[in-house]
Amino acid sequence: MKKLSARRRHPLAAVVVLLLALAATGGLYAAFAPAGTAKADETAQSLAIEEGKKLYSVGCASCHGTGGQGTTDGPSLVGVGSASVDFQVGTGRMPAQQPGAQVPKKKVIYTQAEIDQLAAYVASLGAGPATPKEGQYSPEGADIAKGGELFRTNCAQCHNFTGEGGALTHGKYAPSLEGVSPKHLYEAMQTGPQNMPSFPDTTMPEKEKKDIIAYVNAVNGDETPSPGGLSLGGLGPVSEGLFAWIFGLGALIAVAIWVAAHTAKAKKS
Amino acid sequence: MSTVTNTQKKAPAGERVADWADGRLGIYTLAKANMRKIFPDHWSFMLGEICLYSFLIIILTGVYLTMFFHPSMNEVEYAGSYVPLQGQLMSEAFNSTMHISFEVRGGLLIRQIHHWAALIFLAGMFVHMMRVFFTGAFRKPREINWLFGFLLFFLGMFTGFTGYSLPDDLLSGTGVRFMQGAILSVPIVGTYLSMFLFGGEFPGGDFVARFYSAHVLLLPGIMLGLVVAHLILVFVHKHTHFEGPGRTNKNVVGMPLLPVYMAKAGGFFFLVFGVIAVIAAIASINPIWALGPYRPDQVSTGAQPDWYMGFAEGLIRVMPGWEINLWGHTLVLGVMIPLAIFPLVLAAIAVYPFIESWITGDKREHHIAQRPRNAPTRTAFGVAWITAYMIMLVGGGNDLWATHFHLSINSITWFVRIFFFLGPVIAFIVTKRICLGLQRRDKDKVLHGRESGIIKRLPHGEFVEVHEPLSQGELYKLTAHEQYEPAALPPAVDENGVKRKIGAMEKLRVKLNKGYYGDDNQVAKPTLEEYKEIQSGHGHH
Repeated sequence: MKKLSARRRHPLAAVVVLLLALAATGGLYAAFAPAGTAKADETAQSLAIEEGKKLYSVGCASCHGTGGQGTTDGPSLVGVGSASVDFQVGTGRMPAQQPGAQVPKKKVIYTQAEIDQLAAYVASLGAGPATPKEGQYSPEGADIAKGGELFRTNCAQCHNFTGEGGALTHGKYAPSLEGVSPKHLYEAMQTGPQNMPSFPDTTMPEKEKKDIIAYVNAVNGDETPSPGGLSLGGLGPVSEGLFAWIFGLGALIAVAIWVAAHTAKAKKS
Repeated sequence: MSTVTNTQKKAPAGERVADWADGRLGIYTLAKANMRKIFPDHWSFMLGEICLYSFLIIILTGVYLTMFFHPSMNEVEYAGSYVPLQGQLMSEAFNSTMHISFEVRGGLLIRQIHHWAALIFLAGMFVHMMRVFFTGAFRKPREINWLFGFLLFFLGMFTGFTGYSLPDDLLSGTGVRFMQGAILSVPIVGTYLSMFLFGGEFPGGDFVARFYSAHVLLLPGIMLGLVVAHLILVFVHKHTHFEGPGRTNKNVVGMPLLPVYMAKAGGFFFLVFGVIAVIAAIASINPIWALGPYRPDQVSTGAQPDWYMGFAEGLIRVMPGWEINLWGHTLVLGVMIPLAIFPLVLAAIAVYPFIESWITGDKREHHIAQRPRNAPTRTAFGVAWITAYMIMLVGGGNDLWATHFHLSINSITWFVRIFFFLGPVIAFIVTKRICLGLQRRDKDKVLHGRESGIIKRLPHGEFVEVHEPLSQGELYKLTAHEQYEPAALPPAVDENGVKRKIGAMEKLRVKLNKGYYGDDNQVAKPTLEEYKEIQSGHGHH
């Protein structure tokens, strides 16, 4: 102890004490902190949030504000969740091209990795619906007929019988569901993008969402058969009437003109 | 006359059969009178045939469908081959229509032929009616037949509507609900009528069976009778024909019924059937499997009726939702007014022949079909009517206009509201001016000949275009039409110096008449003197 007390006033003593104290706190922290794997995830997550924030500042902040708090040009993103971002950016709707009644679907400009980073950042702003896992939205084994019933009850009034889309007021519209991926269908129901109402799990459980996705897939998918021939857009009597007038009556009038032009010639007797 | 000629050799078998039939049916007299009946040849005279044949096709395919359709609203669970509906509850009507579409051999094709033929039948009647209208073929003696034709169109709309409702799918169920709403809007009796028609509250369990009997029995029965009457009258009145050399108001120039028209009409029937069958084989119509069974708590966007009812749909869609609440009762003007306008618009075209004959005061028979330009005011009225009709069709499909042309549905609705009134006025003015322009052109052609495109230089340097005179036949065609003198009110005082009493109606008639035939409303056709004067100074014009 003598040695120790002798060097007590050494100029470097304070540094040594500080180092020891730091090592102790560090050691204690290491001992009591959460497990190592979680630590690694946390880093990846914070990295994603970090990257997402950069992407956000470039692509989104001009309308949604630098902290996602929203401006007069765009709503607040606090609490919209990663599912919203995955849907809006993943379908090309966001970033918006121009203000208007509704932001249309367009070419997707971010990679899925970038979308995930953006989603991570926005999700970090406040709790909201998370991007679904494949097991949640995959239509495998779902009840198509039940999905049809749910679709006609909840979706058809805007999206038409088989999801061909329809008009809403003042230039807004319910888009066609043709070619929309199961994940995006799920996210749309979960988050209610733009003019759409949302159908959270409390009102429409995951299983019912799956049934609806399976129905849309069955009646408006790539391999949907049309037993009657050309479906004429699946829009009902308006396109049928147009077809009847132009191709039906049009062809018949053409035939009538042809018949009249080939009339019997009077024989000279 | 079968006198005692047994001693001679027996007549051929065909003749004996014909004799047998004549003795009982009098076919010789009938054939003698009608076999050589003459019909004029023009493609537009075949529009009515399109209607007749598509009507026959509808009856034939409809009979096939009745063999498999169950007009019942009993609830059953679907167990057919269409997967996306398996296990769903539906009425037997819907179930049997699914059965026709997926399991009955040829069922879907026959269903599609039936439905396409119905749309084409109505479209054909519309065009046929307009042909008759624009050529003035509704004038005496054909006014009654015009009304028969109009009634066929009108009944066709409701036959179509009841048929469209039978499968009890989500689309047609919405249409029936729409109709029930219209009935409910009728003051005082509306609710009673609705309860009576549906056997209680909507939708009840009766309406499919009731619509079925109207669709397969009542309405087509009346229509068939009207078709027969329509054709008999065509025979009695003889067909109209267009102006031309040798064609007068007293003759019909064309080909005999037998053999020419029998062959042509028979062939044309198969052509019509062929075209409709091809369309039905290519294009889907009313895919009820995609629509699903009707449930009053469900609805889809894009719920429109077939085109012939689209006009009524438009009226309801664009009408502001006005209503009056008084003493605990609601007067739903937003539905009642369209319900009242609907028959008025149709009646406007139906009664037109009577209005025109009252205005012209012409009581003679007319068997010459007019060229539309030579009756500018009538043509303009017809185009104005079609314009109003078509604008309402736009209103009926306002949602699809909005989505397909990236417009606001509200703007379209306002456009329709304004142009339902303004459009016909513009169409009237424009059409009339076009008709008068065409009349002037005809006059020019008669007097100066046809522009040949040959430019000639005269010795003194002037350039002239050579005009070729028209043939006698063409000159006749362009000048044969009759022009009315505008009516005038009689002098205010009669020959005895007594002030004449002129009724308000007569004043109105004269005013309208001037609107038809006054100086600015028709171009006087060239006179012989004008023609001779211009033709004598050869080449200078």
